Order: sequence, then C-alpha cells, then structure tokens
Amino acid sequence: MTLLVLGAVAVMLIAALAALLLPDLLGALAAASVVSLALAVLFALLGAPDVALAEAVVGSGLSGVMFAMVLRRVGYQPADEEETGHDDAA
Amino acid sequence: MTPDLLSHLFSIASAALVAIGLFMLVRSHYLLRALLGLTLMEAGVNLFLVSVGYREGAAPPIAIDGQLPAVMVDPIPQALILTAIVIGVGVLGLALALALRLHQSEGTLWLPRLRRRAQSACSKEDAA
Amino acid sequence: MTMRRNLASLIFTVGLGLMLVSLMQGSHTAFPVEVGQNINAAGFADHGAANLVTSVVLGYRGLDTLGELTILFVAATAAGMVLGHCPGGSTPPVRGGFILATAAELLFPFLILLGAYIIIHGHLSPGGGFQGGAVIAAAYYVPLLAGSGRLFSEDTGSLIESLAGVGFIAIGLLALWGGGEFLAPLYSHNGAPGALLSAGTLPLLYLAVGLKVGSELASLLARLGGIGMEVDDDA
Repeated sequence: MTLLVLGAVAVMLIAALAALLLPDLLGALAAASVVSLALAVLFALLGAPDVALAEAVVGSGLSGVMFAMVLRRVGYQPADEEETGHDDAA
Repeated sequence: MTPDLLSHLFSIASAALVAIGLFMLVRSHYLLRALLGLTLMEAGVNLFLVSVGYREGAAPPIAIDGQLPAVMVDPIPQALILTAIVIGVGVLGLALALALRLHQSEGTLWLPRLRRRAQSACSKEDAA
Repeated sequence: MTMRRNLASLIFTVGLGLMLVSLMQGSHTAFPVEVGQNINAAGFADHGAANLVTSVVLGYRGLDTLGELTILFVAATAAGMVLGHCPGGSTPPVRGGFILATAAELLFPFLILLGAYIIIHGHLSPGGGFQGGAVIAAAYYVPLLAGSGRLFSEDTGSLIESLAGVGFIAIGLLALWGGGEFLAPLYSHNGAPGALLSAGTLPLLYLAVGLKVGSELASLLARLGGIGMEVDDDA
C-alpha cells in the first residue's frame, strides 16, 4: 500500500514535470494523461473508487482526446516556437 | 509509514501539481499549453481534497452484502470531487471551443502574437 | 529579459508551492466538520444506497447535482454556439486503417454495455451516472476516431439530453408533490439493501444523470472534432 502510494506519486510528479518541460505539445499532452492515470490509481488507494473511475475515464481519456482533436484541427507546428517564443518582451 | 508522513506526502504532491500547472499557465506562449497547465492545477486540487477525507486504514464508503465497513473514509469530499471532475471537463471543452474559434478568426494561437495584435488594435483605436 | 522573467516566475511558483504546503498541513490533522461521520453512520439507513457517495450526490445534495448538470449543459451549449451548428452527414477527414476501424466497431457495443452497467449499478458499487455517461460518450467517439463512419446523431443526442433533464426534474417535483422537499429521495425502504431494485428513486436519478452527461459529452466531442463540418483552410 505504502509502496504503491509512493510509486503512484512519483509517476505523477515525473509526468507533470514532463508535461511542463517537453517541447512537443502532443508529448506534453500524453504526459498530462499519465498524470491523470497515476492520479486515478492514487484515488483508488485513498479509498475513493468512484472518483478514481471518473478520473480514469474523464481525465486520462476524454480530455486528452478533446485536446488532441483541437490540436489536429489547429495544425500545431513545433517550429513556430523558435520563431515567436522569445520575443514576448516586445 | 505514519499517517503524518502520508499526509505530508499528499500536501507536497498536490502543491507541486498546482505549482507546475500555474507555471505552465503563466509562462506558456501557446494557448493550448496554458490550458494543459489548467488541467494540471485542477488535478492537484482534486488530489488535495480527496486526501483530506482519507483516514488511515479506512475502507471505501460502500456497503458489501448489506454491511458497512467499520472505519470508512469521508464521502463528502469524494462527492464534491466527482462533480468537480465532470464540471472540469465541461469547462475544458468550452475553453477549447473558444480557442478553436480564436484560431479560426485570428489564424494563430501564439500568445505573444495575439498580444501584439491586440496592442496594435488598441493603439489604432487611440489614434482614431 | 525572458530569462529574468522566467526566473522570477519560477521563484514565485516555488514560493507559492511552499505556502500551499504549509497551508495544507492543517487540514489533514483535524476533522473540521462532523458531517462526514454522521453521513457514514446514518446514510445507509436513510437512503438504502450501498454506495454512500451516491447517497451524498443524489440524496443529501441532489440540488447541487442539478446545478452541476446545468453548468455542463451551459458549457456544451456555449461550445456549440461558439463553434456554430454542424449539419452532420459527412465523414471525418482522417481515416484509420482496416484493423483500427474493425476493432472500434467491435468495441462499441461492449463500451455501451459497460457504461450502462456502471450507470445502473451506481447505487451499489463504485460508479454512477457521471462515470457511466463519460464511458458512453467515449463509446460513441471511438468509432469516430477510427473513421469508420458511425456518426453521433446530434438530434437524437439533444432529444435524449432534454428527456433526461426533464426526467431528473420530474422526479424532484414528484417528491415535492408527495409532501417532501424538492429532489428528496422517495421509496428508500422498498427492496432489500444491496439489491439492484433498491434505494428508491436514486437509481432513476442516476440514470437521468448518466444519459444527460453522456449525450452532452458526446455532442461536445463531436463539435470539437468538427465532425460533419468543413475543415478550415488555414489549418
């Protein structure tokens, strides 16, 4: 139990850092889904199976799919980041 | 592991999630990445509230064969978070729809570019 | 310049995180209110639902759940307004391969079955209208993602959604008519606790919630995915 909690928390935090640091938005999106999945495991361990079910379906499933669909329609190009990422001081 | 250490662990984990999400929300140059930060913040808040209802060695608040377990976790934060997750996905859908509309009208979701465009629109209005 | 601003944001964020940790410490030690303990003691006898979370969501604070459904409804409607109405009928632009399409078709009935099971057993086991509704929405979306062409009908979706909303409020009004409060649980003590037909009106309320959440999320997904809309040229 304790080991599982520690493992889930570690996976969650590493995935959150990956979501922050990954330059590719699709990769960051996948990392955010992993955060939700680890969170669902954590909820189940915390005695909240209802919430775990909701988080697993909604957090790591539906919201990731929503993001991915919008990303596909918007046509995100990572190369844009180099172009405009550093001139926000203007 | 003592319950004290466990509660420390959950506070630190949820505060870290909120902080990472806030950092993404504030410092991102791309609108969708900022929204991703918002979902991470939401996850942190959810984890914190559920962990408040947790009691050491407590069972889920569900009766098995008509018998409730002797020690159960607090069901109220769970019910709260259950609705919060679903509201969260509704709000996320609305935000993504607005972002999509913004992309249709402005052609970009890069925040510096959008900001510059808004500023030039403002100065044009001032000049007029 | 950017470097310095990034550093400032980082310091601010770390400080905020530390402050949150110190604030959160207090909440874990003391039980601020006794409500949870009282519900744990009395909830099963009050509503006859084996799952106490269901008892809280629908029995003790059904009005909040109605408000939450309203928020979801407004969000889905606003998203539809912002994105414009899509007439439907055309196939999605990206097609998956044969294996993906076939697997998605095969998965569809099982996902619907799983969602229905989760909704109907919401008062007995973990799950309920919210989770099952989300599973049903996902079931409609998996074949769409694979491009196999099973389209979510917007008209049917909105019909189911309105009927479910009306049903939820009608059950609430029934309780009002019977002399209780709005959305008070009825017939709680008919049926053995833990049986499928127990807990009075709570499973019916959860069924309405599940249908409403499922159709709303499915229509939200269909709108965001641009199913049946022309692909914009600037993408």
